[in-house]
Amino acid sequence: MKCKKCGGVAVIGMRQHRLALCAEHFVEWFISYTQRAIEKYRMFGSDDQLLAAVSGGKDSLALWDVLSQLGYRADGLYIGLGIGGDDGCGDGYSVASQAKAQAFAEARGLTLHVVDIKQTYGESVPELARRTRRGLKPCALCGLVKRHIMNRVAYEGGYDAIATGHNLDDEAAVLMQNTLHWQTGYLARQAPVLPSTHPRLARKVKPFVRLYERETAAYAIVRGIDYIYDECPHAEGSKTIFYKKLLNQLESHSPGAKLSFYLSFLQAKREGLLSVQEKALELKDCQSCGQPTTAPGLCAFCRLWEQR
Amino acid sequence: MVKVMFRDKEWEVRDGMTVRDAILKVGLDPQAVLPVRDGKLVNEATIIRQGDVIRLVAVISGG
Repeated sequence: MKCKKCGGVAVIGMRQHRLALCAEHFVEWFISYTQRAIEKYRMFGSDDQLLAAVSGGKDSLALWDVLSQLGYRADGLYIGLGIGGDDGCGDGYSVASQAKAQAFAEARGLTLHVVDIKQTYGESVPELARRTRRGLKPCALCGLVKRHIMNRVAYEGGYDAIATGHNLDDEAAVLMQNTLHWQTGYLARQAPVLPSTHPRLARKVKPFVRLYERETAAYAIVRGIDYIYDECPHAEGSKTIFYKKLLNQLESHSPGAKLSFYLSFLQAKREGLLSVQEKALELKDCQSCGQPTTAPGLCAFCRLWEQR
Repeated sequence: MVKVMFRDKEWEVRDGMTVRDAILKVGLDPQAVLPVRDGKLVNEATIIRQGDVIRLVAVISGG
């Protein structure tokens, strides 16, 4: 398999793009493809201050690397959830992933903000999940906690946008799940960019949204990015992974199917074919933290701590 | 023989086949892993040689 650009040995074949590239040209292509998505969806400009949400995993560290290569001003945010500490699961997953994120930042002279949930609020996410009895796994609280912290840090730091490492496989899996259950509210909100609708809610962007997970993993490997290979111990059996595997089966038989599925969805939304009406939400300020909430009094995040 | 490794599993396969065939032989999905040999990414059409150690890196993450 030869590189389409130079004829050298290819490191990756991408049937969905009818392209095979060597290491050098793959990195070039990957960065350029990301920049095209940033421009196409008007995610941010060179004057914007970005906050990259990093987990220590391949996608978020690859994203931060690409943003840095493209010359954007991007600091990182790592949120220590306390996974694999006292939850009887894994072996210090959060400790290991934080170490990867910190090593990445130090090696490149980048600024990384670290918010440790237990140190800041008194309980880790697994402890919080057990106390509030919101399911046996902390997954139910993981998203709520991360979103709150991302919004808070972005607001306090004056960041213009939060960038996450969500890739095409992530988006296609969520899209499939939402479509199968006709979750029209979620479908309406699924997009490469979530604009800011409140001063304390930063714009959220997904620069990798058109890139396959296989491509982001390849980029991380070729660039020598040291990321955490282990999965979150609570990810086992997750629905997302199930749908990703289903979509990979489809992709094997029909290269480009995942990309087509997602892009056709975006096209359909633009043309109004989904005709989904988002209910206008009345937002109030949380009485404790000031972040927007639809609930009276405290936001969902603050209510978790108030119950202690 | 060629050693193929994925997470905590190891297999031995015959040399002379493509990486893609080796991935399929050990029961994995070529979409779900990336092959690394001597620390470098290799493409799926690469022919595996006697004594090679192919480390398969998981692509799928989630949860």
